[in-house]
Amino acid sequence: MTTPGSSMKATGAAGGNGGGDGRSGGNGGSRGAGERVQVIRPMPLPEDPLLDDSALHHPRRPLADAKYSALTAIQNNQPHAPCIHPALASVDPIVEINDFSLFYGAKQALHSVSLAVAKGKVTAMIGPSGCGKSTLLRSVNRLNDLVEGVKTTGDIVVSGASIYSSKTDVIDLRRRVGMVFQKSNPFPMSIFENVVYGLRIHGERKRSVLEAACESSLRAAALWDEVKDRLGQSAMGLSGGQQQRLCIARAIAIEPQVLLMDEPCSALDPIATLRIEELIQEIARRYTVLIVTHNMGQASRVSDYTAFMYLGRLVEYAPTSHMFQTPTLIETEQYITGRFG
Amino acid sequence: MLAGCIACAVLIVAMLLWVLGYLVSIGAGSISLAFFTQLPTGDVVNPGGMKHAIIGTLVLVGLASCIGVPLGVAAGVYLSEYTQDRWLLGPVRFTADVLTGVPSIVVGILGYELLVVPMGGYNGWAGAFALAFIMVPIVARTTEEMLKLIPDSYRAASLALGATKAQTVLKVVLPAATGSLITGVMLALARIAGETAPLLFTALGSRLLSLDPSKPFPSLTVQIYTYATGPYPEQKRLAWAGILVLVALLFVLNVLIRYVASRSVTRGIA
Repeated sequence: MTTPGSSMKATGAAGGNGGGDGRSGGNGGSRGAGERVQVIRPMPLPEDPLLDDSALHHPRRPLADAKYSALTAIQNNQPHAPCIHPALASVDPIVEINDFSLFYGAKQALHSVSLAVAKGKVTAMIGPSGCGKSTLLRSVNRLNDLVEGVKTTGDIVVSGASIYSSKTDVIDLRRRVGMVFQKSNPFPMSIFENVVYGLRIHGERKRSVLEAACESSLRAAALWDEVKDRLGQSAMGLSGGQQQRLCIARAIAIEPQVLLMDEPCSALDPIATLRIEELIQEIARRYTVLIVTHNMGQASRVSDYTAFMYLGRLVEYAPTSHMFQTPTLIETEQYITGRFG
Repeated sequence: MLAGCIACAVLIVAMLLWVLGYLVSIGAGSISLAFFTQLPTGDVVNPGGMKHAIIGTLVLVGLASCIGVPLGVAAGVYLSEYTQDRWLLGPVRFTADVLTGVPSIVVGILGYELLVVPMGGYNGWAGAFALAFIMVPIVARTTEEMLKLIPDSYRAASLALGATKAQTVLKVVLPAATGSLITGVMLALARIAGETAPLLFTALGSRLLSLDPSKPFPSLTVQIYTYATGPYPEQKRLAWAGILVLVALLFVLNVLIRYVASRSVTRGIA
């Protein structure tokens, strides 16, 4: 039983590298056209070699049954180990989620999730509704603190410092870990005041500094040319896509180390979505991005790494190219091809 | 059934129009420029005007707002935004609801016992505090309700940018609710501008144009009460004119409230 597992790891790593090359090649040319949405292998997997049986912790189960073993184990609340691609062992992590569990009152929303987010990369979290990916995202800037009755175990480390210790300065953490929400939520103020809000609350008063930050953030969010003549007007007059880009500008105005994005395009039309996706790739040159998305195409287009979650557990975590071309677990493939979830 | 409802509706509107019409028919004849510009003369045949009472009411309402609005808004913010102190919220909310319904004469007696007696005499401050006492629960509850209408996404966005709770309330939540808050304050103003009982026992009223709140203070309602219950026909005519002015004032205030409210709904909640 151990032999197929170890041989699988080797093939998995090779597939990941090969896929990575293919992705970076296709990325530059085809992003605008978006034909990479369905780069998913449709045929069924060969019976055994791709199943990392050791990872599933069901060594005695026959392989034929083991196809769905990860998900059935999760559904039956049995212990399982996530299938983590070897390529992820060597990343330089900026966010390390260590054995993290979260409870809303008596209900457990996250089960011992461990995941390292690579610095300067885009990491996507996918999974069916209620799988805990948004909860996990909101745990990284401790926005879940606002929900009553939330308890956590385990730890999350952001740039070397634990954020769930008693010494954590939550205000400072949220300054370093920005967030863009599912529904654009600009404040009912002028465009300018929206962008510089974060700077103002952190004590910046100089008009020249605020104006410079406003322009550079709006440029970075690809919104400057559209709004530069009406910075004093209310942000509520912008279109949905513009509002979401304004929220991105507002988040990056305080130069966070990590930018969390919670389904940032789910309320936008395809053209606005495309612009945000382009923007994410631009932003990823300067910031680490952790994005939750329901859109498989979006995950495959914008991210470097993808984590697949189910019922509060991490199921598979791999380079995006590997995940979408040769996923290790058949469950992952079934989910990303839309046959489950 | 329908006919009955229509009849009741018509009856109510007719009664309101009848009262207003009666008021105008009697009071309008007594309104002159002198009513607004002259002080009481002390002469029962030619009693002068009510300038002192109009100014007195405006000053009293202004002072009461300066005391009552900050307290009421602060209490409303507490009820809406600081929800972690579960054990305190219920009692505070219940107290505010009960205080809203307390008869104003009770507030007057309370003001007399707690302010007038210790301070050694009727005075304007006691009147302003009594009116503020009526304002606080109204402002607190409307503030709470209005702040609850502000989407949580604003609060989340502010907190996610590293703002403290206080910064979020002061810089995002309250500004977003300004229009609605003004509506609530104006509702409270409309309520206290017409109060007589609390002032009878506190500010007492005065025939002089006084701007010193440490002395007995004039107000429209108390002056109307004094003239209307007195024996002199010319003073009764002035009282009718005063009632008409008061009703007109409240009418304007209500129209303003509607205007501000309609604007704040479109602006505040996007």
